[in-house]
Amino acid sequence: MITTEILVVGAGPAGLMAAIHAAEAGAKVLLVERADRLGGQLIKQTHKFFGSKAEFAGERGIDIANKLISSSQECSNITLWKNAAVLGIYPDGVVTISHEGAFCTVKPKKIIIATGASEKTMAFPNNDLPGIYGAGAVQTLMNVHGVIPGKRLLMVGAGNIGVIVAYQLLQAGVEVAGIVEAAPQVGGYQVHAAKLKRHGVPIYTSHSVKSAHGDSYLEGVTICKLDENWQPIEGSDQYIPVDGLCLAVGLSPLTELLWQAGCKMKYAGELGGYVPLRDANMRTTHENIYVAGDVSGVEEASAAMVEGKIAGLYVASALGYTSNTFLKDLQEAKFQLSALRSGPASVKICNGLSKVVLEEVG
Amino acid sequence: MPSKERFAEGPVALFECLQQIPCNPCADACPRGAITVKEINDCPSLNEELCNGCGICMTHCPGLSIFVVDYTYSKEAALVKIPYEFSPLPSAKEEVDALNRQGECVGSAQVIRVQNSPNKTNIIWLSVPQELAMEVRSIRLRKEERDGAK
Repeated sequence: MITTEILVVGAGPAGLMAAIHAAEAGAKVLLVERADRLGGQLIKQTHKFFGSKAEFAGERGIDIANKLISSSQECSNITLWKNAAVLGIYPDGVVTISHEGAFCTVKPKKIIIATGASEKTMAFPNNDLPGIYGAGAVQTLMNVHGVIPGKRLLMVGAGNIGVIVAYQLLQAGVEVAGIVEAAPQVGGYQVHAAKLKRHGVPIYTSHSVKSAHGDSYLEGVTICKLDENWQPIEGSDQYIPVDGLCLAVGLSPLTELLWQAGCKMKYAGELGGYVPLRDANMRTTHENIYVAGDVSGVEEASAAMVEGKIAGLYVASALGYTSNTFLKDLQEAKFQLSALRSGPASVKICNGLSKVVLEEVG
Repeated sequence: MPSKERFAEGPVALFECLQQIPCNPCADACPRGAITVKEINDCPSLNEELCNGCGICMTHCPGLSIFVVDYTYSKEAALVKIPYEFSPLPSAKEEVDALNRQGECVGSAQVIRVQNSPNKTNIIWLSVPQELAMEVRSIRLRKEERDGAK
């Protein structure tokens, strides 16, 4: 059995920040990542990030990933495992991991869960045809492997992911037939939508996908208009010939490990589904388990990074690694997070958080 | 929007950033301190006297929502600088389709200069008819121009 002071699960923006800040404070960290590369979704983000300098605003996600990965690799207190899937957390505090195909057990003093989120999908006839992808898969194909997902794509969902990935498709030379959005307005940032509009991409608000068509692969999609109760309007069908359909219809927190460990969970639709109750230091109702990033509620990567920093600093201090600037650093990070969430674009997130962030947990 | 008097003095930045989102790299980027974002969710405000239309903010803006317009470029033409993140890049002197905010072709623009930026948000300088300066916000390369250039 391997022992470590802090186990961080997931090396995306939240996990990397948590590991770096805990390790810099002096704690020994084991950072485990299921994939064969570090950085999580950051490595697919070719657009520049919003936020402020402290969250690397104005830099592209892939460049931020490289910075965080280098910092984590330079830190002698961090042990990095790739191809390491956490299988379970047991009542005695033992964590089982499949690392490079080998089963191993780890006994950490504290755990920070930063597993992220998975994509939601949509039910419609023929939604299993080749050519229908989640937005994450489209980004992996295009931005990690350099393969275009089709010649002409329709995007479903005009949240930030939908508008960003549609723009990346244009950059890759793919024709974007349009964006279909069930809500009456674009949910993503207006500036992202404006980039698409000035390249002639139509945005069909109050529309949804009715069915996909094709024998052995996608050849077209029927969309229809929705009324004010989000019901299809008869006779509004429109056929759009495409060889690709990209679904960007939301994310769900990947909370299995938290359920298994017995953390108290609560449903907050604004945050993507069930999320753990926690305090402002990211501690769950389990005294040794902390969270950061999308697993605690789906939000922008900038917020995930700050949450990771808070969790990392706090967990290190709970183990006795408290620098002279600890309180100041923690306060600054919390202030930074509340500043990010203070605008009208974050009202929904704040409503969700008000249900799950407690003064005291456990 | 800068004043009519300011436009008459030469190049100046325009912020088509009208939604309050948490973002402020433009303010950090301006070497002249002309851009203010007081709270991070505020829209930027420009001190039009300090702005000289250099366009450095354009390369930093994650939303690609900043443009520079110079009505003093010539008697008939205005200069419009747009951010551009597509490949291939146009070349200087190339004629391109001028697109408005809806992606409709509203006329022809001549590429004056292509400024390569290390962060890959390149800046294209376009000469457009004065009356189109507030409309042209994007371009489409013409196939025949590109084929001819080969």
